[in-house]
Amino acid sequence: MMKVYVPRDAAALSMGADAVVKAIAAEAKKRNAKVEIVRNGSRGMLWLEPLVEVETSKGRVAYGPVKPEDVPGLFKAGFLKGDKHKLCQGLTAEIPYFKNQERLTFSRCGLTDPLSIEDYRANGGFEGLTKALTMPPADIVTEVTTSGLRGRGGAAFPTGIKWKTVHDTKSEQKYVCCNADEGDSGTFADRMLMEGDPFCLIEGMTIAGIAVGATKGYIYVRSEYPHAVATLREAVRVATAANWLGRTIQGSPHTFELHVRMGAGAYVCGEETSMLESLEGRRGLVRYKPPLPAIEGLFGKPTVINNVLSFAAVPIILAKGGEFYRDYGVGRSRGTLAFQLAGNIKQGGLVEKAFGVTARELIEGYGGGTLSGRPLRAVQFGGPLGAYLPNDKLDTPMDYEAFMKVDAMVGHGGIVVFDDTVDMAHMARFAMEFCTIESCGKCTPCRIGSVRGVETMDRIIAGIERERNIAILKDLCETMTDGSLCAMGGLTPLPVMSALRHFPEDFNRPARAEAAE
Amino acid sequence: MTKSTLEVMNEPPPGSDELALTICAAHDNRPDELLEIFHDIQHDLGYVPEQVLPVIANALNRSRAEIYGVLSFYHEFRRTPGGRHTIKICRAEACQAMHTQQLCQHAEEKLKVKFGETTTDGQFNLEAVYCLGNCALSPAMMIDGDLYGCVDKERFDAIIADLDRGAAA
Repeated sequence: MMKVYVPRDAAALSMGADAVVKAIAAEAKKRNAKVEIVRNGSRGMLWLEPLVEVETSKGRVAYGPVKPEDVPGLFKAGFLKGDKHKLCQGLTAEIPYFKNQERLTFSRCGLTDPLSIEDYRANGGFEGLTKALTMPPADIVTEVTTSGLRGRGGAAFPTGIKWKTVHDTKSEQKYVCCNADEGDSGTFADRMLMEGDPFCLIEGMTIAGIAVGATKGYIYVRSEYPHAVATLREAVRVATAANWLGRTIQGSPHTFELHVRMGAGAYVCGEETSMLESLEGRRGLVRYKPPLPAIEGLFGKPTVINNVLSFAAVPIILAKGGEFYRDYGVGRSRGTLAFQLAGNIKQGGLVEKAFGVTARELIEGYGGGTLSGRPLRAVQFGGPLGAYLPNDKLDTPMDYEAFMKVDAMVGHGGIVVFDDTVDMAHMARFAMEFCTIESCGKCTPCRIGSVRGVETMDRIIAGIERERNIAILKDLCETMTDGSLCAMGGLTPLPVMSALRHFPEDFNRPARAEAAE
Repeated sequence: MTKSTLEVMNEPPPGSDELALTICAAHDNRPDELLEIFHDIQHDLGYVPEQVLPVIANALNRSRAEIYGVLSFYHEFRRTPGGRHTIKICRAEACQAMHTQQLCQHAEEKLKVKFGETTTDGQFNLEAVYCLGNCALSPAMMIDGDLYGCVDKERFDAIIADLDRGAAA
């Protein structure tokens, strides 16, 4: 029986992975070849999707991107033996893009059947939790603190300190919430992990529950991710049936139940307090802080809220020790980050590397430059609320502090590349427009400021009193930065002002009647 | 309360109230599960008729204003009946870097609707979405939960033609 892997990841499906599976099954039947098709997660080399892998004695051999019409040719060329074909990429593990990564969090993603507990355990799964079940909760928190792990959602708050606060707060009920409302354009690492290695997230959240004394957890996934929701729900069912969730986990005194909840298309619900409101069945209005969610969170109880990748980093920290994880990275940015190469890029995908790699190495070395082949002009880091940087800033190392120094942020590791056809005044206008669409409406700087921002940008683009309107724009951005309740209004000025700072010529082009639409 | 023209036009499907009650009960009438309740109703009816809101309010022991407030806050929920298929095209930054604007314009011309509208034959809703998490394969599009990557004009036309054929069959 030959084993053939075709990913079930949504990105692979979006390029026709299901049709490829059908074609392989049909061709195998025709040729009387015995083939077992495993639906794995994605390896993260998304420009090669659907990436079909065949298990050989030398290891897994990759072919991609495979279209259904390529399948008869692949059989003819002997792909079941790993033989040569124009789509053959060689051994998967030897593809430089993949080989040179430092995969800690994503070590299993793409390797295994995401819903097989046997696969998971055979590849180091549940080692962290097994250890945590025998440890005093305070020691688990210490281990996470030692690792230097900071929130992977973008804000980069030290995870250990957050957990300690919840651990130290007395309450009959506490909660663990996973923020899987990955709404930033240019990011898809959460989705890939939830679809490709869901038990890793479940394990991380369970460890968090044990560490802080919480018995219930929620995963809040955005509704734009139906595949992730389905995979997670099935994974929770499988894990519960195998007693890795639920009561007396693996014979220990610990209980942890997990629920998967779906958002409904509100970007702002990625803000943690807005997410809590949504989880309680309300409008996603941002809450005032304090009180911190760690003290009064979900249903008013102490709550750990972390991003998917923060939780997913925890199993390996427990399994191999906080120091092992801390040894990766630079300065105060410890461990690895899953960088996501997106937009106008030749080799888009996920690259997990230790902090400290330069943006240029990622974009040019891994990404291979722009897909269009035109000169790169701007790169947005860290999602729609992150800064745009020009080509000459790309030698900045990817670490939280180094990026702060150039008035940008690493955020969730999303990297969106634009070629020289981009109009940065349009992108600045879009940042404001996005804020008008997604503002929760609670605070005035964000709700009204963004509307005024769009109007002001329209005047600038139309060539009406440019100098005066740019002064107004700057003033408006200052008000939004200083006066907004959360990052939605508070960081919208970052893409706007960075566009103005680095690409002033785009704000002074011949007037256009219609605003960029 | 007088009914607006829109409301008269959009009488909810028969049995909506019972459906809403059943769905609320399936969620133990828990107010925190309101989003899940809306998702289930929309899954079954294609939208959430405003007429069922008092039923939900009663079941969850919340005010009608609160229930309406939640429904109207979230972009995902439809309050009016729509077409058979919902096409969501991503208009966020990564897709803009791959010229989603041109795809959006093409879609509007091809389907003869603006974003937020339904085609006259009742076949398609056209909606904007901000990120589908397929940013390395931009522009991205989702139709009824199926994701598509690297969508250019030709691919868009082919996908729509397939769906049209499916409807005719």
